[in-house]
Amino acid sequence: MALTGLDIYKLLPKTNCKKCGFPTCLAFAMAIAAKKTALDKCPDISDEAKATLSAASEPPIRTITIGAGEKKLEIGGETVLFRHEKTFFHPCGLGITISDTTSPADLQDKIKKFNALSFERVGQKVKAEIIAVKNDSNDKSKFINTVKEVKSKTTALLVLLSNDTSALEEAVKIAGDAKPVIGPANISNADQITAIAKSNNANILATGKDLDEISTVTGKISASGYKEILIDLSNVKDITSLENLTQTRRMALKKNIRSIGFPALVFTSGANTYDHLSYAAMAIAKYAGIVILPEPDPSIFLPLVTLRQNIYTDPQKPVTVDSKLYAIGGQPGANSPVIVTTNFSLTFFSVEPEILNAKVPTWLLIVDTDGLSVLTAWAAEKFHAEKVLDAMKKANLESVVSHKKIIIPGYVAVMAPKLNEISGWEILIGPREASAIPKYLRSSWQ
Amino acid sequence: MEKVIEKAVSKISELAIGATSANGGTREKELKIGGQSAMPFLHFEGSMPNAPVVALEVWDTVPEEWPLIADEFKDIVNDPIKWAQKGKEWGADLISLRLESCHPDNKNNSAAYAADLVKKVLAATKLPLIVIGCGHPEKDQEILPAVAEAAKGEKILLGMATKDNYKTIVAAALASGHSIIAESPLDINLAKQLNILVSDMSMPLERIAMHHTTGGLGYGFEYCYSIMERCRLAGLAGDKIMATPIINMIADETWKTKEAKTPQDEQPNWGDLHKRAINWEIACAAGYLQSGADILVLAHPESIKQVKQTIGKLK
Ligand code: SF4
Repeated sequence: MALTGLDIYKLLPKTNCKKCGFPTCLAFAMAIAAKKTALDKCPDISDEAKATLSAASEPPIRTITIGAGEKKLEIGGETVLFRHEKTFFHPCGLGITISDTTSPADLQDKIKKFNALSFERVGQKVKAEIIAVKNDSNDKSKFINTVKEVKSKTTALLVLLSNDTSALEEAVKIAGDAKPVIGPANISNADQITAIAKSNNANILATGKDLDEISTVTGKISASGYKEILIDLSNVKDITSLENLTQTRRMALKKNIRSIGFPALVFTSGANTYDHLSYAAMAIAKYAGIVILPEPDPSIFLPLVTLRQNIYTDPQKPVTVDSKLYAIGGQPGANSPVIVTTNFSLTFFSVEPEILNAKVPTWLLIVDTDGLSVLTAWAAEKFHAEKVLDAMKKANLESVVSHKKIIIPGYVAVMAPKLNEISGWEILIGPREASAIPKYLRSSWQ
Repeated sequence: MEKVIEKAVSKISELAIGATSANGGTREKELKIGGQSAMPFLHFEGSMPNAPVVALEVWDTVPEEWPLIADEFKDIVNDPIKWAQKGKEWGADLISLRLESCHPDNKNNSAAYAADLVKKVLAATKLPLIVIGCGHPEKDQEILPAVAEAAKGEKILLGMATKDNYKTIVAAALASGHSIIAESPLDINLAKQLNILVSDMSMPLERIAMHHTTGGLGYGFEYCYSIMERCRLAGLAGDKIMATPIINMIADETWKTKEAKTPQDEQPNWGDLHKRAINWEIACAAGYLQSGADILVLAHPESIKQVKQTIGKLK
């Protein structure tokens, strides 16, 4: 929670000496609150006030980095409760658990499946990033061997979980400089785990039976000056988890409570895969920083990475693609169909894969509609015959194809006569939904 | 630690669907939705007297655009009566009947046909009923009044009333004692405008549900999700117009997507098609439960079972 102008004023020298360039200390305080000037413009501010003020300007939820280099994942750092208020900045990490009691064959199978959890959606590569290795065997050598195997056969970011701090100390070295998460840290082992994390540049997973206890653990860790912390908000009952996820986000943002101002990690629970999916979907929507499921099942991860992408899309950015002529599905030629649609990226990324599905090389002409979808753009008069004609001319369509036929979306069939009149081209009415494009291209085109 | 409580100023309006014999209908129960005084499932700061409900989507023609459903239930989806009867067996709270065949691009079936079919469905199942037109604004003005008349006394939920045809449909719903779904395309201002227009016709706000044109998972989900959250927050903050319950047509936005159609041999990384498609419907529903869905319309029995179970845990 940011300090108000009045809160800041109370910490200033109150001499109105004007050295800061403002007529009064109060005016200066207001300008600080509005982020219009910097604290160091006041030469007379006390060190104590400076410390208080800079602590208050720290983000209410800490941004935590897992891994290093290109593969690093940043989570936390969120500033709002609802995405429409601004945006959610850092997409949560998704991953699986691997127990060190897994048989060698199952381990290889799991690793292989995990490595295949990589998808392309709306032009972005998305995947599962994390493997949590659990020392369920309580056998240090089994744990270390599993960690080694995972480390050498995947590029996963690691969460290393053992109740044996000496096992953790050894495992964290295997992770090297790839900043893993280690834990679980609780009231009794927090100091030891903090020491390991500090000297090996690792993050710490703080656990406890409720928020009070978790907060005590994070307090112990940060008392040493180390703040690379995640909090474990898994709970066997989904409902308690939702409450804790919501409360921690609120306490951090609205009350500036530092001891829970860390990204949350959730292990899903449930009786079957549908339960895990449902739990994970809830946690993605409501504030989790990392969500871990038991199995690397692509039929579960594809919807989850999609949900994550949806929730973390910046709602203030109109999502558009370049307005130009695209060659889709290999090499369209002079006799290939031409489909026209809007530059709304969701429209583009719905149409493009369907053309690929059809296996008919096609020209896709994208008209600049300010990122509005077909129907909305039509209603807003941003997708009409003249606009389409402009785009056709700009793309020099006449020299690209020889047939003078263009396919428009079924929803804007009404523009056909006008477009025909001003362009002289034959206007074909395509389907209304992108999903019907393959059938259309295969059966109705020429 | 002290909880941060955000007390709502107001409540979401409570809408009842279905009339039992005590109320002049033939439904086995009256379903209530809405009435919450908190964001979804936040029981620590408000009440949720009615948990969200799950409807089975039933078409009056084979849903060719949903190949998996059309294939897996081929002996059911060719008969709307049989299909509607599955509602009870599959654990749905109510039925959502879509009169797809009345669309001019489909069979262009008549108002008399629609009225007759609705009567037959009402006779075949005792679950409360939602009836959705064919989505053609003019044609819906013909068929939905006939449907309203045919279902008189049953307190159905009738849709979709849009800015182009709400007058006829709302008048018909009023005349026969039904409730209405007001539909506007992914725009909170249009949603509010339409709710005002509908309530100006003396349709009580307690008889209006909103549909923001559901975005399927990966196909505009985030737009609908945020509009729902904004409506719900406004409703709880005292904006009565925005405090109407929300319906999500999830089945129709799931089963036509490529994720619910593409076999694994074409996309080896995507996993088993059948599981993936059901997961798509479940994940979409689980997401919308968090933004304020009151009615989730689904198609697959496995999804219905799971979403009911999730609601059971959260409620
Ligand atoms: S320089 Fe500091 S003490 Fe002087 S007026 Fe500005 S804020 Fe006040």
